Amino acid sequence: MELRANVPDGPIEKKWDKHRFEMKLVNPANKRKHTIIVVGSGLAGASSAASLAELGYNVKCFCYQDSPRRAHSIAAQGGINAAKNYQNDGDSVFRLFYDTVKGGDYRSREANVYRLAQLSVNIIDQCVAQGVPFAREYGGMLANRSFGGAQVSRTFYARGQTGQQLLLGAYQALERQVGLGKVDMHSRHEMLDLVVVDGRARGIVTRDMVTGEVEPHVGDAVVLATGGYGNVFYLATYAKGANATAIWRAYKRGAAFANPCFTQIHPTCIPVTGEHQSKLTLMSESLRNDGRIWVPRKKGDTRPPPQIPDEERDYYLERQYPSFGNLVPRDVASRAAKRVCDEGRGVGPGGYGVYLDFADAIRRLGESVIGEKYGNLFEMYERITAENPYRVPMRIYPATHYTMGGLWVDYNLMSTIPGLHVIGEANFSDHGANRLGASALMQGLADGYFVVPYTLGHYLASTKLEPVGPDHAAFEEAEAAVAARVEKLLGVHGTRSVDSFHRELGKIMWEHCGMARNEGGLKSALGKIPDLREEFWRDVKVLGENEELNQSLEKAGRVADFLELGELVCLDALERRESCGGHFREEFQTPDGEARRDDERFSHVAAWEYAGEGRPPVRHVEPLGFEYVHPTQRSYK
Amino acid sequence: MNLRLHVWRQRNAADSGRFVTYPAADISPDMSFLEMLDVVNEGLIARGEDPIAFDHDCREGICGTCGMMIDGQAHGPRRATTACQLHMRTFHDGDEITIEPWRADSFPVVKDLVVDRTAFDRIVAAGGFITAPTGSAPDGNAIPVPKTSADLAMDAAACIGCGACVAACPNASAMLFTAAKVSHLGLLPQGQPERYARVRRMVSQMDAEGFGTCTNHFECEAACPKSISVRFIARLNRDYLRAVLTGGGEPARVEGGAG
Ligand SMILES: Cc1cc2nc3c(=O)[nH]c(=O)nc-3n(C[C@H](O)[C@H](O)[C@H](O)COP(=O)(O)OP(=O)(O)OC[C@H]3O[C@@H](n4cnc5c(N)ncnc54)[C@H](O)[C@@H]3O)c2cc1C
Ligand code: FES
Repeated sequence: MELRANVPDGPIEKKWDKHRFEMKLVNPANKRKHTIIVVGSGLAGASSAASLAELGYNVKCFCYQDSPRRAHSIAAQGGINAAKNYQNDGDSVFRLFYDTVKGGDYRSREANVYRLAQLSVNIIDQCVAQGVPFAREYGGMLANRSFGGAQVSRTFYARGQTGQQLLLGAYQALERQVGLGKVDMHSRHEMLDLVVVDGRARGIVTRDMVTGEVEPHVGDAVVLATGGYGNVFYLATYAKGANATAIWRAYKRGAAFANPCFTQIHPTCIPVTGEHQSKLTLMSESLRNDGRIWVPRKKGDTRPPPQIPDEERDYYLERQYPSFGNLVPRDVASRAAKRVCDEGRGVGPGGYGVYLDFADAIRRLGESVIGEKYGNLFEMYERITAENPYRVPMRIYPATHYTMGGLWVDYNLMSTIPGLHVIGEANFSDHGANRLGASALMQGLADGYFVVPYTLGHYLASTKLEPVGPDHAAFEEAEAAVAARVEKLLGVHGTRSVDSFHRELGKIMWEHCGMARNEGGLKSALGKIPDLREEFWRDVKVLGENEELNQSLEKAGRVADFLELGELVCLDALERRESCGGHFREEFQTPDGEARRDDERFSHVAAWEYAGEGRPPVRHVEPLGFEYVHPTQRSYK
Repeated sequence: MNLRLHVWRQRNAADSGRFVTYPAADISPDMSFLEMLDVVNEGLIARGEDPIAFDHDCREGICGTCGMMIDGQAHGPRRATTACQLHMRTFHDGDEITIEPWRADSFPVVKDLVVDRTAFDRIVAAGGFITAPTGSAPDGNAIPVPKTSADLAMDAAACIGCGACVAACPNASAMLFTAAKVSHLGLLPQGQPERYARVRRMVSQMDAEGFGTCTNHFECEAACPKSISVRFIARLNRDYLRAVLTGGGEPARVEGGAG
């Protein structure tokens, strides 16, 4: 397997323009003859499906929810970055590029990140034109807020529902194309395999989640926009249905999987309350603009927070990182929380929580200003915890939130399987080893609105594709494999529920491959996961039939894939013998406990190639060069 | 706490369906309503019985996937709260709880508590958008939007498309859903060019889907987990009336050019 990044030459600020000019175009009459399959209807999927249809391609779009509007992008709260410099505070494309490369701890591809920063400005324009109701100043201009890892105010937002509003914009554009007959939308359809013909992606196999029918879909190219795989940890801020099945099936068909161990733990989530917990809820990072994070100085101090005087509180982020304070990047904030809790200074039941306190901000700005900024988040917090954050500090703790890893793609966002493009969180993306807040929405929309519509055209224009139909042997083989797997899951007739396996996998992952990792722990996880997988296939209990809406069956298929993917995540974490961004190996830290990168040996992307059942996957590397942003030890002090 | 649930079970659209009673034992007040159903389902699976099918995804009140009638109320007793965000501390030990799917002809039952809400997508496809193809946009600050309009548009845009308004309405009307989208887009300068065509098309699709008419019961606003105001319905009616009276939104006839 060869990893060719296909980055255009020339100075970084000219690469994308030059490439756009050099790419081949498909003539408008010919676009109508091409069918493109887009799997996913989140920000990345919906924006690309709509844009490709606007260009004239026939698009088939798929999602597992009952409507494309429900993709998990809907849950993003805080905002989206763009280098507009509307605040005149010194922002620029270069600064956004710089912040993103640095925030990612120098493990991303410079050229991609630069393009992302360039396109960020077009995204805001596009979304405004669609009617996204971004927050405004009294004069009618767009408002901004600050987010972690940046010292400028470049985040655009729509109350605490930015993802929802951006997604509805893309969804409306998508539905417009559905109405025009250019997009054939298949909701409640789950992609269960990728079909590769003569080395090129030519289609997918889906299961209709209502009837159980296994169906082939043929196209000239496939775009995967299926989101992240963080549910491998079971408890996460993801939607319950979020899964790795689409990218995992593609991996097994030959797409390299890059940096699977780069997973992000978000510092501000509502702590776990008990065994029944099914998911964790994020409290937007924007809260760190006004909230102050602290724990008691003394271990085991169980006094209610108002009774702890200021001098007995440890505002540990402000103390350790005076220049960024509560706005340090997520990985830094999460590890700091873990550290104080491990020291026995955590708060709330179980001791795994820290305070996020708005008392000072309320005193300074008044309750109504705070309410206007964060009202819906405060309400959400109160609904879940029955505590009023206007009166008592919130309790928060880190939780799995995002996956920087994903299918490897080149500059054109094409995977190692020609014709298979991967966009949004599903690719290994532009965020290196740590994503900055408000940058995922930006990336999903940049990929979908402005990158893939061009690069996919270039692929089609420069490739001669033979006609294939659903009766092609490759389709028949994939369909048979999908049907056999469904039958196998239904045929185990074991004793344990699917959820119980998923929970157990999640515990292994969180304990050994969560916020802090070490060789011993990873090796033990690599021993436990295959055993659990073996037990799953021997003892899982999936009731019902295929020919109906069968939610246990859906979950079982997803968990079966997580049980394989989890192992790859741990293997990648084991092999990356350095700490960087969200990947913290305890063996590699500075004396004051910060991540210690090893640029000599690990300034690269690790991309794993599937080598067949029972064989260890092969690790390939794509070296990373830094011409514009010179790697230094990240400092937010 | 311990509860008794009366749950609507229906194998598929063709089945006539029935209530089945299940105990829910050892429920913690910190559980969400859906986590309580998870626990019941784990028990059913252990006994070899088909678990209760219900729709859900984000479990944080934003995706609009969950939805069920809980004791006759859409999303249950708590104001402005989706079923996934409803916590068991709202209930008491020994309570009997009746759980049903949304009941509306335009939302046929798929299985148990799961219904088909694709009619909403078709209403949006008919006109619930601003035509702004990718790449055609001017600078974001080129069109100033008064803060009051942006805020009001956002109030309307907060709709999560869950269908509670339809389920709560005695006529199964989709007016609040449609009005929220018409208002969101119609309040913004960008939405003006298509304002009247939009309202016509969306209303006509809404009718074609078989949703009932609005007779001002306002149960929709009370049931809406996002507290979308019925004032948006008045706004829709105004726009619709103007569109009909003035022929606004009808495509102008395209005359042949002179060359
Ligand atoms: C709670 C929360 C808050 C966040 N806040 C922010 C924020 O403020 N700013 C920011 O920049 N980022 C934020 N993020 C991250 C960001 O929301 C996501 O990374 C991004 O929206 C992912 O978009 P996507 O289009 O790649 O995938 P998704 O929106 O996850 O969409 C995935 C799509 O793929 C479909 N799909 C998946 N698997 C299959 C399958 N097998 N078959 C068929 N279809 C399938 C799904 O149906 C869905 O349509 C947040 C994330 C979470 C969870
Ligand atoms: S599951 Fe998303 S709103 Fe309830």
